[in-house]
Amino acid sequence: MSEYLLEVKDLKKHFAIFGGIFLRQIATVFALDGISFGVKQGETVGLVGESGCGKTTLGRTLLRLYNPTAGEIHFKGQDITSISQSSLQNTRREMQMIFQDPYESLNSRHTVRQILEEPFLIHQIGTTLERKKRIDHLLEVVGLPASAKDRYPHEFSGGQRQRIGIARAIALDPQLVVCDEPVSALDVSIQSQILNLLLELQERLGLTYIFIAHDLSVVKHISDRIIVMYLGHIVEMIKSTSIVENPLHPYTQALVSAIPIADPTVRKEKIILQGDVPSPIKPPRGCRFHTRCIYVQDICRTQFPELKNYSETEEHRVACHFAGELGRH
Amino acid sequence: MTDPVLLKVKNLVTAFDVESGVIHAVENVSFDVKSGKTLGIVGESGCGKSVTSLSIMRLLPKPSGYVVSGEILLDKLDLLKLPPQEMRKIRGNRISMIFQEPMTALNPVHRIGKQIREALHLHHSEMSDALILQESVALLRKVGIPAPEQRINEYPHQLSGGMRQRVMIAIALACRPEILIADEPTTALDVTIQAQILELMKSLQKESGMSIIFITHDLGVIAEMCDEVVVMYAGKVAEKANVLDLFKFPRHPYTKGLMASIPNLDMPPKEKLQTIEGVVPELTALPPGCRFQNRCVFQIPRCHAISPPLEQVHENHFVSCFRWQEIEAKTNSH
Repeated sequence: MSEYLLEVKDLKKHFAIFGGIFLRQIATVFALDGISFGVKQGETVGLVGESGCGKTTLGRTLLRLYNPTAGEIHFKGQDITSISQSSLQNTRREMQMIFQDPYESLNSRHTVRQILEEPFLIHQIGTTLERKKRIDHLLEVVGLPASAKDRYPHEFSGGQRQRIGIARAIALDPQLVVCDEPVSALDVSIQSQILNLLLELQERLGLTYIFIAHDLSVVKHISDRIIVMYLGHIVEMIKSTSIVENPLHPYTQALVSAIPIADPTVRKEKIILQGDVPSPIKPPRGCRFHTRCIYVQDICRTQFPELKNYSETEEHRVACHFAGELGRH
Repeated sequence: MTDPVLLKVKNLVTAFDVESGVIHAVENVSFDVKSGKTLGIVGESGCGKSVTSLSIMRLLPKPSGYVVSGEILLDKLDLLKLPPQEMRKIRGNRISMIFQEPMTALNPVHRIGKQIREALHLHHSEMSDALILQESVALLRKVGIPAPEQRINEYPHQLSGGMRQRVMIAIALACRPEILIADEPTTALDVTIQAQILELMKSLQKESGMSIIFITHDLGVIAEMCDEVVVMYAGKVAEKANVLDLFKFPRHPYTKGLMASIPNLDMPPKEKLQTIEGVVPELTALPPGCRFQNRCVFQIPRCHAISPPLEQVHENHFVSCFRWQEIEAKTNSH
């Protein structure tokens, strides 16, 4: 057994685009292009990056909601990269997902009771009475009244719906929960309620989280370690306590500096990146970030930088030819 | 503050007819927009911040939405009393607006160039086509679009989100408006692109001296962009202050709660965040009295009966809470 609950090695996910009259494959989206990392039991790993960086694809591929193009996924020491759907079902009990949009991810024709009972029915767990007890308990855990059972999703606010989504995800006592932007659709005052709930559940149930979000301050708050992604690659892997003080990849540095700070007296020097994220259909050669990097050199345009460890005391991996040599902001 | 007031919103009440009756989405909102300054309106979904801006532009969805009472004075000219054709001359010319989702605000079947031309044509019919083209290219260049001569012939879907928002800004600024209303202009964008757009707006403001009404839910963006801030909650102004004052001494329990509930980069990880318990009341079922009462930790019986007026804390700071003085004394004694 490895030290990791979940481990991925050189994971790739490419999507084919079909077009033309004969619907031939005309292009490939390189959504994930060689991702390797591990998640330890009980920790929270945050995945940040901008739209199109592959963070959602990664979350889904980890749970085999997408089948990976190449690479390996190990969960509790077992290789689940290509196991059959039926063996996958047992594994899925232990890995669940919370989705971004609490409006889309709940069946609007089911009552909350039906929504929460479904996982038990699929996995054939418990008698009717036991399931009923379990549902009552779940509602209590996520902070919803028992009366919620007989109501439909549309009767709830966004935050309450997200609580239902969370209750469903933890129904089968999973070990790993992938949270895909669970708070980005919510208002600020509701966001903190949900974040607190997630933290509380982790403590109580010993959950392991993979927390996907584009908001770095949220990710930093909830995570132990942060993985920064850019165009299908990991550019930096860093302890969340170090990300503000010691980001080494120029992209992470820009990301940190771009967060607006809720304090008008702070006037920090911003690194404003030029241009947009290139298309993952035609990712640039060499370092994927070189088209927007302020420190770009010739080598960056041709040679792909490997993810290397830069700290002796902790895991701090960076994929940059000049990591550690660049000016800090 | 000596800056002259350019736009004055006075006791604005905006209502919508809905199935269950009439809801007041904006109730008695007043604020001043000063010349060359940025006023921020912050609040959560349903607080009335967008409805306020649509009321100023007189673009409320008809026939369900309408202004019940109040005044919107642009240089003493009451916009609410203008006939439609006069209002059309103001819109896009003296007051412009940009929206959250540039893809839905731009017309997908027209080239960028045509959409910029439209604004110029409408308000400057005397300009020749050649001049308009020249001006359009100049506008795109000004908002930082590379190779504007080519981009002008492209369609909105060929541009990225950030580029589209730049085009929207170019259109909005085509007639050099005195006021730009920006309704969540960066919410749909990634952080690094958001930083670009905010920087652009600041530099354009510096250059042209226009006023900006910046509507957002993001206190970080408010702190960065605004001079003065209106905090709205469930259709009403909860607090109104100079930006420095507001962040240093928030007085309303809602403002305080909001500021405490955002994760701060300096906070130790995994620490419990402060929250505002409960949810915003439905506008169809508003309680009498203070609208924040059901979520407020400082509520007293009086809050349930009477709606607190906007009281002046000092020159530039107003708060709508009966207990702000008490609360302040309490927090200071700690």
